[in-house]
Amino acid sequence: MSTASRDIIVSNSLGLHARPAMQFVDLANQFRSQVTVSKGGEEPYSADGKSVMQMIILAATQGTPLRILADGDDADVAVEKLARLFEEKFGED
Amino acid sequence: MKLMDFIVAEAIVPEVAATDRDGALRELASALAKAEALPASAVDEIVAALVKREQNGSTGFGKGIAVPHVKHPMVKRMAGTIGRSVAGLDFAALDHQPVFTVFLLLSPENQPQQHLQAMNIVFSNLQKDMFRRFLRQSATRAAIVDLLQEADQRP
Repeated sequence: MSTASRDIIVSNSLGLHARPAMQFVDLANQFRSQVTVSKGGEEPYSADGKSVMQMIILAATQGTPLRILADGDDADVAVEKLARLFEEKFGED
Repeated sequence: MKLMDFIVAEAIVPEVAATDRDGALRELASALAKAEALPASAVDEIVAALVKREQNGSTGFGKGIAVPHVKHPMVKRMAGTIGRSVAGLDFAALDHQPVFTVFLLLSPENQPQQHLQAMNIVFSNLQKDMFRRFLRQSATRAAIVDLLQEADQRP
């Protein structure tokens, strides 16, 4: 077992609304690792990266820093690919 | 933000007459128009946008709930309503189960932060088993409003 994490910033203008949240969850479910996405600040929240509801509760607007954490034997590749979704702005903008 | 900041009490439909998704979306959008939370002339276009949104990816997120939503230029002020289906509706939900509670949310186009906040408060509540169960059991508009107001008072 291993863990991996990556800090990213939400960069698409609409933020982490339902569609990107589902895109993230679809990809997260392709990995065996447990995936957690955490938000700090005034209203800290840790979402199960495989739950659409919890990902939407993050309500992460553009500019919000998030931490993606994976725990499992494919943690490295999971974090790498999940972070790329944010870098590519979920195909938006 | 609180639920009752954007849920229009008079537009709540305690028993949806429609037996299919598109009919339910129309019923709820029409209820918002009747409550003057949406121009009546916008209903057709809003329903079309909601249906298209569902076709791109179901908002039936599982556990008997669906949260259809759109951001649309004809919506001047965020407005939401709730419809309850006793028989259950086919929303092509993620868990392939029927939907008994529909949370409809309409947002103006240029306020993504407000939209995310509203989705946050809706899902924070819908995630609670008790809230979902009580909502499904609330057979009148007054009972649903009571439940929402109680939820709003919890920290």
